[in-house]
Amino acid sequence: MEYIKCNNIALGYDGKIILEDLSFSVESGDYLCIVGENGAGKSTLMKTLVGLSKSVSGEVKLSGGVSRKEIGYLPQQMELQRDFPATVWEIVLSGCLGSCGIKPFFGAAEKRLASENLRKLGIDGLKNSCYRNLSGGQQQRVLLARALCAAKKLLLLDEPAAGLDPVATNEMYHMIMDLNKQEGLTVVMVSHDIKAAVNHAKHILHLGNAEVFFGTTAEYVMSKVGKAFLNSGKCGRCEE
Amino acid sequence: MSSIITSLSYYFSFPFVRYALIVGVLVALCSALFGVILVLRRFSFIGDGLSHAAFGALAVSTVLGVSNELYVVLPVTAVLAVILLRAGQKRKVRGDAALAMVSVGALAIGYLLLNVFPASANVSGDVCSTLFGATSILTLTPLDVTVCAVLSALVILLFVLFYNRIFAVTFDENFAEGTGVRTELLNTVIAVVTAVIIVLAMKFVGSLLISALIVFPALSAMRVYRSFRSVVVCAAIVSVGCAALGIVASVLCSTPVGPSIVIVNILCFAVFSVLKPV
Repeated sequence: MEYIKCNNIALGYDGKIILEDLSFSVESGDYLCIVGENGAGKSTLMKTLVGLSKSVSGEVKLSGGVSRKEIGYLPQQMELQRDFPATVWEIVLSGCLGSCGIKPFFGAAEKRLASENLRKLGIDGLKNSCYRNLSGGQQQRVLLARALCAAKKLLLLDEPAAGLDPVATNEMYHMIMDLNKQEGLTVVMVSHDIKAAVNHAKHILHLGNAEVFFGTTAEYVMSKVGKAFLNSGKCGRCEE
Repeated sequence: MSSIITSLSYYFSFPFVRYALIVGVLVALCSALFGVILVLRRFSFIGDGLSHAAFGALAVSTVLGVSNELYVVLPVTAVLAVILLRAGQKRKVRGDAALAMVSVGALAIGYLLLNVFPASANVSGDVCSTLFGATSILTLTPLDVTVCAVLSALVILLFVLFYNRIFAVTFDENFAEGTGVRTELLNTVIAVVTAVIIVLAMKFVGSLLISALIVFPALSAMRVYRSFRSVVVCAAIVSVGCAALGIVASVLCSTPVGPSIVIVNILCFAVFSVLKPV
């Protein structure tokens, strides 16, 4: 079943087009990684998928019973959140707002959902902790738990491992892998980490200034653009 | 001690002192609730900017001879609040710069107008009382008190009903919008309510000191508490307490009301800074 379908869409902001003729689709159970150079429009694409900004032309079509409200979104962390006085519970519960409708307060069902997701990510012990006192990895888990509260079928992650140490990064990727395999959630992830992307993802969407690639991970690794990108990554490591 | 109580009961036998206390406490409560949001969104100075804008609007309505200046001041402040609070993200002029422009611009226009077209003999007295609240708090009529009580009740009701959405938008606007919260609408509501609070508070502490009512209770509460809910509750209690204490102190010591309340708030912040976080 197809969840997301983009046919020849153009993206941009302030009337300036940064990406044209983009076509790809996301199937149920898929794990798609969006990779590419800085400024190629990865985050803009993510925002368009979530519904935060509009495409310049063409339309992002959601189907298969997925509605905008049911997308679990993990945005990049913002500076002002780092010293925000809020408990883990308050933040995770706020992910349930989409299912509240016009109710002003959370009911028992929302609270159950939030507890369940805390347990799933192994942070139920932190329920009453203050968000700003947590480590980067823990904070990211909290935001993932919040996204899970909103996600019925689809999880959109914008660089979930940004700023994490190698151990926490690994844990994060494994958690996302588990959610995809065991919970059957469809995952779309923007990532800078090309190595992890080809290790975990089923499909790759490469946004480049010169060329765009969309296909399975195996195809990507063999493609010209994929080889070039993977190798440049390796050289970067050698020099360090 | 007993002499203090005697003199207090003497002062509180006057209705205008009681009115001042009621209005003061209500305004303090409202400004603390929305102050928490504004501080967390990095809009601590919005109170200052908007109150100067309100001062400018007040000057214009005085010069024009409008019978009830609220009709001019409230809409002007509300429109500016909407523009400023939403300028934060996308506009060409950044939020803080826009705020600074509006703030000094309105102050200059207001003072110039009052000087060129003086409405009374004592221009500097008028200006001083608008800027620092001075005596206007003690000239409240029963109608003022009723208007203030109704508006405060509305503000508090809005805050309680939208509490969860306000939290979501304040913590992470993008995520909130993604899950279907109507952030544009909510931001506009927050801006308009902020304007209402500022116009109310202007009578009370004067336009220069409004920021204190918005910022201090929130900052004091954040020193000690670690969850959003407890910060909100604590800020409300601190603000009400400081306002009541400040008014009583100003009555007893014959000091100006606005600055007295601000001083109590400063002392409270100092005490909370020393306390251990919960």
